[in-house]
Amino acid sequence: MANSEEVFDKVRAALVDALGVDDDEVTPEATMVGDLGAESIDFLDIVFKLEKAFGINIPREELFPDDILTNASFVKDGKVTPDGISELKKRLSWADLSKFEQNPRVQDFGNLLTVSDLCRYVESKLG
Amino acid sequence: MRWFWIDRFEKFVSGKAATTLKNVTLGEEPLDDYLPGYPHYPHSLMIEGMAQTGGLLIAQIQDFKQRIVLAKISKAHFNDIARPGDQLVLTATLLNLQDDGAIVEGKIDVAGKRLADMELTFAILDESYGEASFFMPGDLCRILRSLNMFAVGVKQDGTPIDIPQEMLEAERFEKPIVSNAPLPVTS
Repeated sequence: MANSEEVFDKVRAALVDALGVDDDEVTPEATMVGDLGAESIDFLDIVFKLEKAFGINIPREELFPDDILTNASFVKDGKVTPDGISELKKRLSWADLSKFEQNPRVQDFGNLLTVSDLCRYVESKLG
Repeated sequence: MRWFWIDRFEKFVSGKAATTLKNVTLGEEPLDDYLPGYPHYPHSLMIEGMAQTGGLLIAQIQDFKQRIVLAKISKAHFNDIARPGDQLVLTATLLNLQDDGAIVEGKIDVAGKRLADMELTFAILDESYGEASFFMPGDLCRILRSLNMFAVGVKQDGTPIDIPQEMLEAERFEKPIVSNAPLPVTS
């Protein structure tokens, strides 16, 4: 099993390759969209590179819970409801949702994912 | 001038890989102005040729019904330039296919020597980008015949790929599009 440092190194390599950012820009706290400039199409590339680097399969809905965020029973007035938050926590147990919970606007969800979230996700897949 | 940067398909295995040829000639417009006095084929057009090869490889999987666009040049590394008289052999291999996009690995060889390696990411557009097709089906059918795709194309079991029925019908009834003439009005 890979340790956290090995996971981070491989995730960083995938992000440097996919996003054309410098090594030192890829910090654990960096957000994928806001800090590293990832656009939606980049995630296809990132997921592919992570699958290859770690030999894992990444179902899209595990990283991007669009079905929850577009489900009328989990979203009201553009915000995720408490039920929706608990659904997100179940699905994304590896993600830190504490900031999002304070003002859970659906439109902000896209900029939630950080490098360390991604590392935790990969670690959860590696078991 | 039409935006074709490949001349014809040499190999085509549905959902897997495609090889096209592009002959570089001194008579081509892009060579005039790219670097006057030192004619060579622009690298950007080699990438476009690979995008056309890879894009058609992806589009054929769903009978050319999806709209595929080049979204990102993830990597493009050139070892040399291409000169008039060179024949480029472009090979696109499908690495990954998802509902909203695909990744293609591209290699370009000239006379058995590797000229370029690249990786291209394509987006498959959904209805949020409108619903208009990029091509008239009959016109596309004629283009693909001109490019030799149906003559060499096979499925993964080795049997010939099918020309979609609606493209065949459209080819019979649609008027050919000439240069920039307006599209026929249908009601």
